[in-house]
Amino acid sequence: MNDLLEAVRLVAAPDVMIAIVASAIYGLVVGSLPGLSATMATALLVPVTFWLSPIAAIATIITASAMAIFSGDIPGCLLRIPGTPASAAYTDEAYAMTRKGQAETALGAGLWFSAIGGIVGTLSLVLMAPLLAEMALSFSTFEYFWLAFLGLMCATLVARSSPIKAIASMLLGLLVSCIGMENPAGTPRFTFGLTDLLGGIEPIPALVGVFAVSEVMRAMVTPEPPKLPDRKFGSILAGQWKLTKKYQWPMWRGNFIGVIIGVLPGAGADMAAWVSYAMSKKFSKEPEKFGTGHPEGLVEAGASNNASLASGWVPSLLFGIPGDTITAIAIGVLYMKGLNPGPTLFTERASSMYALYLIFILANIIMIPLGILMIRLASQVLRAPRAGIMPVILLLCAVGAYATGNNLFSVLMVGAFGILGFVMDRNGYPVAALVLGIVMGTMVEQNFITSLIKSDGDVLPFFERPVSAVLATMTIGALLWPLGVWIWNRTGGRRLPAQGAAE
Amino acid sequence: MTMIDRRSLLGAGAALLAAPALAQSRWPARPVQMLCPWAAGGGTDAVLRIAATLLEKELGQPFNVVNRTGGSGVVGHAALAASPPDGYTLGIITSEICMLHWQGLTEVTYKNFTPLGQLNNDPPGIQVNASSAYKDVKQLADAIKASQPGKFKASGTGQGGIWHLALASWLGAMGLKADHVRWVPSNGAAPAMQDLAAGGLDFTTCSVPEARAMLDAGRARSLAVMAPERLSAFSNIPTLKETMGIDITAGAMRIIAGPSNLPAEVKAAIEPALKKVFDSKEYQEFMNARGFGLVYADGAGAGRALEAADKSLGDAMKAAGLAKA
Repeated sequence: MNDLLEAVRLVAAPDVMIAIVASAIYGLVVGSLPGLSATMATALLVPVTFWLSPIAAIATIITASAMAIFSGDIPGCLLRIPGTPASAAYTDEAYAMTRKGQAETALGAGLWFSAIGGIVGTLSLVLMAPLLAEMALSFSTFEYFWLAFLGLMCATLVARSSPIKAIASMLLGLLVSCIGMENPAGTPRFTFGLTDLLGGIEPIPALVGVFAVSEVMRAMVTPEPPKLPDRKFGSILAGQWKLTKKYQWPMWRGNFIGVIIGVLPGAGADMAAWVSYAMSKKFSKEPEKFGTGHPEGLVEAGASNNASLASGWVPSLLFGIPGDTITAIAIGVLYMKGLNPGPTLFTERASSMYALYLIFILANIIMIPLGILMIRLASQVLRAPRAGIMPVILLLCAVGAYATGNNLFSVLMVGAFGILGFVMDRNGYPVAALVLGIVMGTMVEQNFITSLIKSDGDVLPFFERPVSAVLATMTIGALLWPLGVWIWNRTGGRRLPAQGAAE
Repeated sequence: MTMIDRRSLLGAGAALLAAPALAQSRWPARPVQMLCPWAAGGGTDAVLRIAATLLEKELGQPFNVVNRTGGSGVVGHAALAASPPDGYTLGIITSEICMLHWQGLTEVTYKNFTPLGQLNNDPPGIQVNASSAYKDVKQLADAIKASQPGKFKASGTGQGGIWHLALASWLGAMGLKADHVRWVPSNGAAPAMQDLAAGGLDFTTCSVPEARAMLDAGRARSLAVMAPERLSAFSNIPTLKETMGIDITAGAMRIIAGPSNLPAEVKAAIEPALKKVFDSKEYQEFMNARGFGLVYADGAGAGRALEAADKSLGDAMKAAGLAKA
């Protein structure tokens, strides 16, 4: 109890409060600029933390990253430019809602369920950190392989088009992920002697290209759509309570999946959002509405990626293993400030730990008022004429791509993926599946190859370890399900609804 | 604690605007760009950023860090080597510059740079799972010698990465072939340490600071460091030299450098400044807090270190069959 009071005192210090508010605004602004990711936002904060007290330093990192992940949803929703790979899973859905004139509901859902996800994630961090950490540590490359493979299978679920086209575009994504030398053998592949391709294709330029640039191109070839009715932007939070009650079950499932995937180092918010969105569609009562501007998937995936953000801190704090790139930076700051990650942080420095929890909760609470403000400002773009907005988007894409590595090559990459995205879109190939392939491809390959190296080429260990056996059963079951349905129907059995055929 | 206040920043900005009007009397007369070949947020980036902040205090001009990433470090190193040698584009180079050209990935070698000062060196370590049967490095070495080739699995970084070469050097020094222990490529030290704790590996050869959290958590034990002397931050870990008489000096180096043919005036100004930065309380505290190895060498010393590393890493790569031609 004393520790808790001490923690409150630590957090209530004026410098910490100022740090939280300032970094919140900073995170919101940087996150909402396409191409400038949450990772970028946190990395740029590091030199500033040199001069802050330990608690204030950690507060800036936590607050800025939470804000940036949420505000990455804003350009995704309004302009179809996902700010992060995490929001790419539901960008099309949110954008469809904006086209239907429900931008405020979509953004409000992003905000409200992000905050809830963040708080649930924090509670899981508080209550179950040692337990979750134990679970994360039992994951070896065998388990990661199955997990990533399951993630890939979401491709057919998230897309609205035919499963064949979804699989085709996912495979194209896998091919793109083969580029470069960041593969298990360390051998350059498909680089054509270009130095810039050695590092492979980063997901951010690909993402910005296929979603944003292709959208600009599409705007150029289609006639101006009927202007959205010029009306006052409705209340942002009004409908959210109703949504919370209506989609309570998907929301909790999103939170749960987010927490579990978040604690696994390397999996993180991206995978959480994809898996949750796919789950939501799979178990929804009205899956046919997905992709047409239906909030259910937003609820589940929005909650999920923020829950994973908080629980991603579990392995970082207990073992110094980064859950994602943001926590990797945070670990550096923790060491610098003498808050060395490890079990002793929870026992000897308990007041600092409690202070950390409080900052998490505080950050998720102030996210709501500041987020509303940000949404109101950002929504002005919907009123602007299309001829004015499209060049600005293109400029932002180029600047954002350049900023990721101060490298002109990324800008060319954005252009190339823009064209690819445009052609795919026109022919009904879902670009989201392509992005999924790029994001997950490396993970599938890396874990498959390293597992085989460890087992001397034996596939049995993929099924021997208890956790991997469960994951393998799930994966193979999902793969064989449509086949089972087909055989059942052919052999004259009772006709089953063939809705599983999508897998 | 010292701070750069807004006024001195504004002052610097004003000086920048005035610079073209004034005669370029002495270096640095305007802000200096510092290239970092690795991404923002990583260890190299952190070292360069604190060094840049402290250099600004010493030399009175802003030192701006620019991350030029891509191509596994090739892009940033090549950009620095190709920049104009006027002293206004400097940067940080890492041990990879002594490896990439052996793999045929770039033409650029350490000879294309003017080393100005080494700020850090992290030697490889040998870590096992906490429940491992090997109590010291001799037991592990004996078990490896007695084992079938490929039975032992180790990791720490990607294929052909610096810690892979450390393993190859160690095995070579024991008279074994470089692939006697199978290397499991990983995406850096953190996943390797996680896999070690999950029971998927026999040992890792990443640096001790990278293994630190797992060591503190009691999940792993460090058996030795491959360095001439014990590390000040981890003085309980014996060196490979004292236990087995094997002397391996390669490690992950971080060196401030410029393109070749840097003017003598620039070198004369920055080398003492870097020494001061290295000795400063802020730098020492920062490096100790992160557990990074505090090793300093002046420009000439850093040049010798690069030359030695280039040879030993090249030999290790040839032995491991990783070098091209």
